[in-house]
Amino acid sequence: MDTSFSPLASTLGGVIIGLASALLLLAAGKIAGISGILGRLAFGVEGDRLWRAAFLLGLPVGAWIGSALTGDVMGFSITTSGPLLLVAGLLVGVGTQIGNGCTSGHGVCGLGRGSRRSLVATICFMLCALLTVGIVRHALGVQP
Amino acid sequence: MIGWVAFACGVLFGFGLALSGMTNPAKVQAFLDPLGNWDASLACVMGGAVAASALGYVVCRRRDKPWFAAEFSLPTRRDIDARLLVGASLFGVGWGLVGLCPGPALAGIWRGSAEVFLFNAAMLVGVLAVRAADRS
Repeated sequence: MDTSFSPLASTLGGVIIGLASALLLLAAGKIAGISGILGRLAFGVEGDRLWRAAFLLGLPVGAWIGSALTGDVMGFSITTSGPLLLVAGLLVGVGTQIGNGCTSGHGVCGLGRGSRRSLVATICFMLCALLTVGIVRHALGVQP
Repeated sequence: MIGWVAFACGVLFGFGLALSGMTNPAKVQAFLDPLGNWDASLACVMGGAVAASALGYVVCRRRDKPWFAAEFSLPTRRDIDARLLVGASLFGVGWGLVGLCPGPALAGIWRGSAEVFLFNAAMLVGVLAVRAADRS
């Protein structure tokens, strides 16, 4: 599926994502890193689980409202096949726990705090993702 | 109280993801493909999100404690170690393969898509495996 550049909606959506992270920090004192919230939901300290489950539960609710209000104008398409989906999911799960963060924790929150660790991690996963798509689409010639 | 606050923040976060288009893996992959039909939208999302979160951090630094909690829980590590680089690299490869990172993956559950379900299941296995190994 071809998508087109959407500077207005994407910037506004980004500001809302950042605002949600800022509010979680100011109200609850927590970092809105999805992989960290997920990881410590399973193996965390007692009494530190409810807010994690509540935040994660809110994600699909908010996405559903957003998609419904916009008539799902952004669309949805996954072109990856079954086995590769599992490999990718596993890599994302393992990688974010080893590297202590993902696009939200290192990207949005970490860069916002001016963390050097998060800057290095963000550059690292961005480059690897660019390289992966480049190899799959242009070296192996697998087009979506 | 903190549960409701967190839920509201999660809803807002998911709403922003959907509005920005980041819930569509094809759009994320299109950003990661500058040699193809490049869609630069993800850069706008990141720019807006980092700016807003930075603003929140500036306010946070001026306060002693959060509105509804006893203290701010902020990461304290500053070192760049091999784990950080290896982890970020593995994550980047997985992210590129499908175009899904943890936020949009969980936010996409409402669609009831088998692909999203499979991805989340595998992601959860990966998360649990590392957490269990780290604890033992």
